[in-house]
Amino acid sequence: MQTEALLHTPKAASEPILAVENLKAYYTTKAFGIDRDIRAVDDISLTIAKGEIYGVAGESSSGKTSLIKTIVGAIRPPLHVVGGSVCFNFEGQAYNIYDLGPDELQTIRWRHLSYIMQGSMNVLNPVRRIKHSFFDFAFAHMGLDRATFWDKVREHLRRLDLDPGVLDSYPHQLSGGMRQRTTIALATVCTPEFIVADEPTTALDVIVQRDVLTMLRDIQRDLGSSFLFVTHDMSVHATVSDRIGIVYAGRLVEEADTPTLFRGARHPYTQHLVASLPKIGDATRRASLSGRPPSLADPPAGCRFHPRCPLAMDICSKQVPPLNPLAPRHRVACFAVSGATS
Amino acid sequence: MSLLLDIDHVGKTFLQGGLLSRRSIEAVKDISLQIEVERPEILSVVGESGSGKSTLAAMVLGQQLPTRGRVLFDGVDVASIRSRADRCAFMAKVQPVLQNPFEAFNPLKRVDRYLFATAANFMTANGKPTRQEIEARVDRVLVEVGLTLAEVRGRFPHELSGGQLQRTAIARALIPEPRLLVADEPVSMVDASLRMSIVNLFGALRDRLGLSIIYITHDLATAYYISDRIIIMRKGEVVERGDARTVLDNPQHPYSIALKNAVLTPDFA
Ligand SMILES: Nc1ncnc2c1ncn2[C@@H]1O[C@H](COP(=O)(O)OP(=O)(O)O)[C@@H](O)[C@H]1O
Ligand code: SF4
Ligand SMILES: [Mg+2]
Repeated sequence: MQTEALLHTPKAASEPILAVENLKAYYTTKAFGIDRDIRAVDDISLTIAKGEIYGVAGESSSGKTSLIKTIVGAIRPPLHVVGGSVCFNFEGQAYNIYDLGPDELQTIRWRHLSYIMQGSMNVLNPVRRIKHSFFDFAFAHMGLDRATFWDKVREHLRRLDLDPGVLDSYPHQLSGGMRQRTTIALATVCTPEFIVADEPTTALDVIVQRDVLTMLRDIQRDLGSSFLFVTHDMSVHATVSDRIGIVYAGRLVEEADTPTLFRGARHPYTQHLVASLPKIGDATRRASLSGRPPSLADPPAGCRFHPRCPLAMDICSKQVPPLNPLAPRHRVACFAVSGATS
Repeated sequence: MSLLLDIDHVGKTFLQGGLLSRRSIEAVKDISLQIEVERPEILSVVGESGSGKSTLAAMVLGQQLPTRGRVLFDGVDVASIRSRADRCAFMAKVQPVLQNPFEAFNPLKRVDRYLFATAANFMTANGKPTRQEIEARVDRVLVEVGLTLAEVRGRFPHELSGGQLQRTAIARALIPEPRLLVADEPVSMVDASLRMSIVNLFGALRDRLGLSIIYITHDLATAYYISDRIIIMRKGEVVERGDARTVLDNPQHPYSIALKNAVLTPDFA
């Protein structure tokens, strides 16, 4: 872990703000009296540096949402942690999420973390003016008197190029894009050190998407927050993320700085993913991978990609390839990549 | 030239609010659009949220009736369909592909049951179908989309991968042997590799089965890749239309240009 932390600490040689080690979280469901595990997060280790934007990519059902729910301690049955640890470092203080009591966890979540959940864009109360949503959400946690609180809210809105007048509107009076941006303003009004956003722009049209992404990046820059950003959309990652981790069937299979990942991916799944990105102006046929992503209730043994992998060898169906460093800040889990078989 | 679909100066106005504060919203204004029987195609419909794409789709599916103009399918005005039998026959020919398969499938219901029920519903032309007939039809449509009945038998939705569910949703739409599919945002949730395999599947269904597909999407890049024609909608109107590649290579309307410029490219700076 020591070397890994060193290898993956970019920018200032600061402590990582987040260290996830060998994290496993499964959904356990009962059918006909038989327990069945869905191994949604399966042995994931990663670190995120202060001020970094770390992107998690992977298709739907690959386990992205489960991973970040587990990281922020927002899990409930049937999802449960089977092993590993999640450690945040806020203001020089280490917090091991799964060693904290429920009250402590709540306090951390309010003081340092902001979690913009998938599909959370309708958290604004539809029948009340938006200022009530801000008050209910944040006032109790900010420890300010009312006047200072509202000053701070208005300042935050202005910083995000939103007219503080939105506070007096009802949600339905705003356009979809404005609503989305107001929701993000709400989620970040406590100026969190660590922001987690799960598919915040999925299903938005491209123009609104661009506005929302610009806004998220501005917040991150202004606050100097670290950012864990989840989306299946590689074009969004190309625009936003400093570093990207690729999840396939519950496992991290490759991780690299964004330019490296797009220009020099080494895992066969990542290579395929990058090659299949459609582009306006290029109608050359993109081949589909054979087969389909596995169900996590019954994943293939060994490398989970082996049934679809053009490079699969004997060992691939028998052993799990470890996620090994290939170069500084580049890790790959594949037996066919030299350096990954140590 | 006979027309499979003839959208003839169609408009749709919704009334909102109570008795005193009625306001009307023109979701679709005077749109005309034809698809020929002899020329199966993938027609992309793009445009911002609220531009009327889904309302247009609902009218094509007969789920909503136009306020003005007519939607003709195989020469028959959809609004004139009255009897249950005619309605069933129409619904068999024009099928929706459900928007988000994760929501479309009831999490507590086995996926294969759902397919069997759909098949039992539609295979009534020669009396009540037998169990074998139903299973054979379901297996055939699953094979059509690259799955098998063995893969989905007895499975609950969360036991299938996103790709399997997405394909199952398309297989379901194929059960009544339709001539037109209406796919509203079928790929917004899936990664590039899966997205391409779904649109490749659309292309194959067009070429193999002669199906036409109305593909509603925010994703201009896949629209460019797969579709024959495109219409770009804004505020209920078509602002630009034509051959998909011609339009997207060189958009003319200011809104089409803005749309194209907002597309994020995977080439990062
Ligand atoms: N409440 C649940 N019960 C059982 N399985 C679930 C539940 N939620 C998600 N899953 C399963 O966990 C796996 C990972 O899902 P998820 O983390 O949502 O992936 P992603 O965010 O990448 O789409 C999938 O197989 C999904 O079906
Ligand atoms: S470990 Fe084997 S199966 Fe897995 S990606 Fe590498 S070569 Fe392919
Ligand atoms: Mg998710």
